[in-house]
Amino acid sequence: MDGAHDMGGTDGFGPVVAEFDEPVFHAAWERRAFAITLAMGMPGGWNIDMSRFAREDRPPEDYLGMSYYQIWLAGVERLMLERGLIASDEIDAGKPLHPAKPVAKTLTPDGVAKMLHRGGPTERNNAPSPALFAPGDRVRAKVIHPPTHTRLPQYARGHYGTVERVLGFHVFPDSNATGEGENPQWLYTVTFDGGELWGQASEPSLKVSIDAWEPYLERA
Amino acid sequence: MSDHHHDHASEPGSPLAETDLRVRALESLLVEKGLVDPAALDAVIDTYETKVGPRNGARVVARAWADPDYRARLLKDATPAIAELDYAGRQGEHLVAVENTPALHNMVVCTLCSCYPWPVLGLPPVWYKSAPYRSKAVKDPRGVLRDFGFELPEGTQIRVWDSTAEIRYLVLPLRPAGTEGWSEERLVSLVTRDSMIGTGLPKQPHEAA
Repeated sequence: MDGAHDMGGTDGFGPVVAEFDEPVFHAAWERRAFAITLAMGMPGGWNIDMSRFAREDRPPEDYLGMSYYQIWLAGVERLMLERGLIASDEIDAGKPLHPAKPVAKTLTPDGVAKMLHRGGPTERNNAPSPALFAPGDRVRAKVIHPPTHTRLPQYARGHYGTVERVLGFHVFPDSNATGEGENPQWLYTVTFDGGELWGQASEPSLKVSIDAWEPYLERA
Repeated sequence: MSDHHHDHASEPGSPLAETDLRVRALESLLVEKGLVDPAALDAVIDTYETKVGPRNGARVVARAWADPDYRARLLKDATPAIAELDYAGRQGEHLVAVENTPALHNMVVCTLCSCYPWPVLGLPPVWYKSAPYRSKAVKDPRGVLRDFGFELPEGTQIRVWDSTAEIRYLVLPLRPAGTEGWSEERLVSLVTRDSMIGTGLPKQPHEAA
């Protein structure tokens, strides 16, 4: 979706301001919201692309007006509500008002290290055909505007770049986010000259790369 | 996104005080429903507050500086090279290391969300997740470096890696001059978090703790 999350190249946000000696979390609720999000992935059964879409799919003024962990909280609430794991009146009440929906498994204290160490690798080894592009190939990022989740940033769309690396055969977020399955695709690092993206005002030596799945690209 | 982080969460009636209450209510609800175990939440938090952080990445960088064979393995295929130090897993399943040289400076961003190599750097700082960084890094990275207080030499090429997939990038900064013969452990003290994102440089030998 062309949402406020897709920020590359937007002007007007001001300088980057780093905080000295920054803590990992800035409030107790941020800790809990972060951990609830990670823990609920197990009983919830959603995937990372569904999580990302649940965060980004909101009005720009909401996305830009919320803090980072407020967005995470809103995202995990939405995923739980959509699946009937909780109801909104229960959040307000802070206690169950409806029968609990059975879940296959939950995260136990002993399971935390294992879950985090395993992570969620996205590379698959079942490619039915070889990669279409090779390092050095010239490609154009397609002009697409799906209303659903995509990882092709707007600033790259329509622009010409060069395939730099073939990264393997990876789960395709555009399908995975909508529940259509992993639908893995070849993934490439594609490098663009700054001038191609930003015109003559660009820093002359700038190169910017994205990681782009094959369906995002066409041969130039 | 807003900088609400710096408001006072405890201020009554503030949006963050409301968020604080909402998260407490949500956790109680999820615990009563049998969906989360508070001890598991504690273990998740403890992992990222005390176990996983930029010290991990600093060890990787120091080893690459000290051991040319390790450096070669890291640049060729970072995931197994980093796993040699037992750093692996969530948000670092597929790692790539990119090397700074006197002619090239690398910078890592995620313009679409906040992708960051957790096993080696921990959770990202607020500025990395903020709109100013995510918007500016791909368009005016030299300006970003100025925001961080340093000017890249004019002749140095700048290369930005937008983490749009599940590949996570770690910058291998240039080893500071004057560190010949330093042990790996001593080199670790020079490696800053920002130098591994590309928004900073390693400490100079006289700045080391």
